[in-house]
Amino acid sequence: MEYVNIIFQETYKILFLLIPVLVSVAMIVWLDRRVWAFVQKRQGPNVVGPFGLLQSLADALKYIFKEIIIPASSNKIIFILAPIITMTLALIAWAVIPFGVDQVIADINVGILYIFAVSSLGVYGIIMGGWASNSKYPFLGSIRSAAQMVSYEVSIGIIIINVLLCVGSLNLNDIVIAQKEIWFIIPLFPMFVIFFISSLAETNRPPFDLPEAEAELVAGYQTEYSGMMYAMFWLGEYANILLMCALGSILFLGGWLSPIDLYPFNLIPGAVWLILKILLLFILFALVKAIVPRYRYDQLMRLGWKIFLPLSLTYVILTASYLFYFNLLPTI
Amino acid sequence: MIAHAIFFYVFSVIAVISAIMVTVSKNTVHSVFFLILDFISISCLFIMIGAEFLGMIMLIVYVGAVAVLFLFVVMMLNVAQQKNQWFISEQNSGHIPVGLLISAIIFFELIIVIGGWKYKPDLFETTNLITNEISNTHSLGQVLYTDYIHIFQISGMILLIAMIGAIVLTFRQREGVKKQSYLKQISRERSEGVEVLEVASHKGVKIDD
Repeated sequence: MEYVNIIFQETYKILFLLIPVLVSVAMIVWLDRRVWAFVQKRQGPNVVGPFGLLQSLADALKYIFKEIIIPASSNKIIFILAPIITMTLALIAWAVIPFGVDQVIADINVGILYIFAVSSLGVYGIIMGGWASNSKYPFLGSIRSAAQMVSYEVSIGIIIINVLLCVGSLNLNDIVIAQKEIWFIIPLFPMFVIFFISSLAETNRPPFDLPEAEAELVAGYQTEYSGMMYAMFWLGEYANILLMCALGSILFLGGWLSPIDLYPFNLIPGAVWLILKILLLFILFALVKAIVPRYRYDQLMRLGWKIFLPLSLTYVILTASYLFYFNLLPTI
Repeated sequence: MIAHAIFFYVFSVIAVISAIMVTVSKNTVHSVFFLILDFISISCLFIMIGAEFLGMIMLIVYVGAVAVLFLFVVMMLNVAQQKNQWFISEQNSGHIPVGLLISAIIFFELIIVIGGWKYKPDLFETTNLITNEISNTHSLGQVLYTDYIHIFQISGMILLIAMIGAIVLTFRQREGVKKQSYLKQISRERSEGVEVLEVASHKGVKIDD
């Protein structure tokens, strides 16, 4: 009986997180298209519902009623598994994101490592989809994305080390609380810029969307997918983008802390601040998509290995030396 | 702790079965996927004994990086056909006894290690890892960077040497490759790129070859 109770409570908590995340993924797709349209002086989706807010729901309905086509020469099990893995991995990482002091599903000691591990597993959905399709363009796309994501993970990992040096804990709530005095974006501003660009590459967003470069590779690893399976890739991708925005706001923008620690702002719950910060970062993501042209592949690799990696390593040494010299290293 | 036992058996059964499937499955890409499943279930077992840092590092390093490169190689080289030919043809099967010998040696070494761990009296119990005051990431760091700093540095140097060796072995200077120099492109000026010529009528002018 006790176990049943625990299971019910946990399921309730999980649903309370997952349903808002899924709904906001649908909304964020609309926002992305709107921002993109406004930069190009267009209207964007504005027909379905008020301001076109229900456009994503209409799209989802369309995807549900479309036929799922499985190519005859594909590896069927892996072909079906790939979108499922992409979406599952994008959603399970939300378990450790803190929305307040105790508003988190799993407050584990190695939260940041968990997010890093899950986001580094995300590449498997793409590789499996590309390989199982048994077709040229998906395979090329998945090979490209594997190399790209592995390269940019390295610099993201080193940027996370920078933050961890200042915090002294791998727990996400501790990272947020450590920024009570000053948000890490101020002392670690260069790292924030590199983190932002690397997370663009990690989530295959433009200008680094080479795995699905439509001019060269049709739609990359998604070419053979249709109907709901395509929609699941799509949802997983946007859930990943939201996750990277959440990670950026937790690491650099103070997570659920309010920007001004004064009376009227203290009353607003931390979740609202976190959501506002995620939205801010996401609008930056959408703007970058609209204004920056796509990189060439060798330029992408050069940026990751020859510029970001040395820069972030140097900054680790600088941060560590600074903290050590002024005796500011955090104690347990 | 029934739930704990159930989870332990689920993960260990998955680990053992997928380890067997790595060697048994005919498609090489499938065996890499089973290897990944094996890594994941082993990291789950690490987390269950309280070594969450090791479990996560296992996921990040082995599954997130090493296995991706494995997949890369296996997909590009089409090893599946070679593997089949290797077992069917007669002249190559001389390698099989050597492989069996090596695997037998590794098996006995593992037995010795486990036996030594069980019967040596002054080794720490694994339960020492789980303490409430200090997380195991902190305790690992405190041991690794103080008592074992020399061993840690030496292993780092070995990895560095291996990395440089791999780069040196595969690096070759190819001729006739056009390279883009950003500095040269940016520092180009009008006087270098554009030249105004007087062209005589009906004679034309020869621009560089």
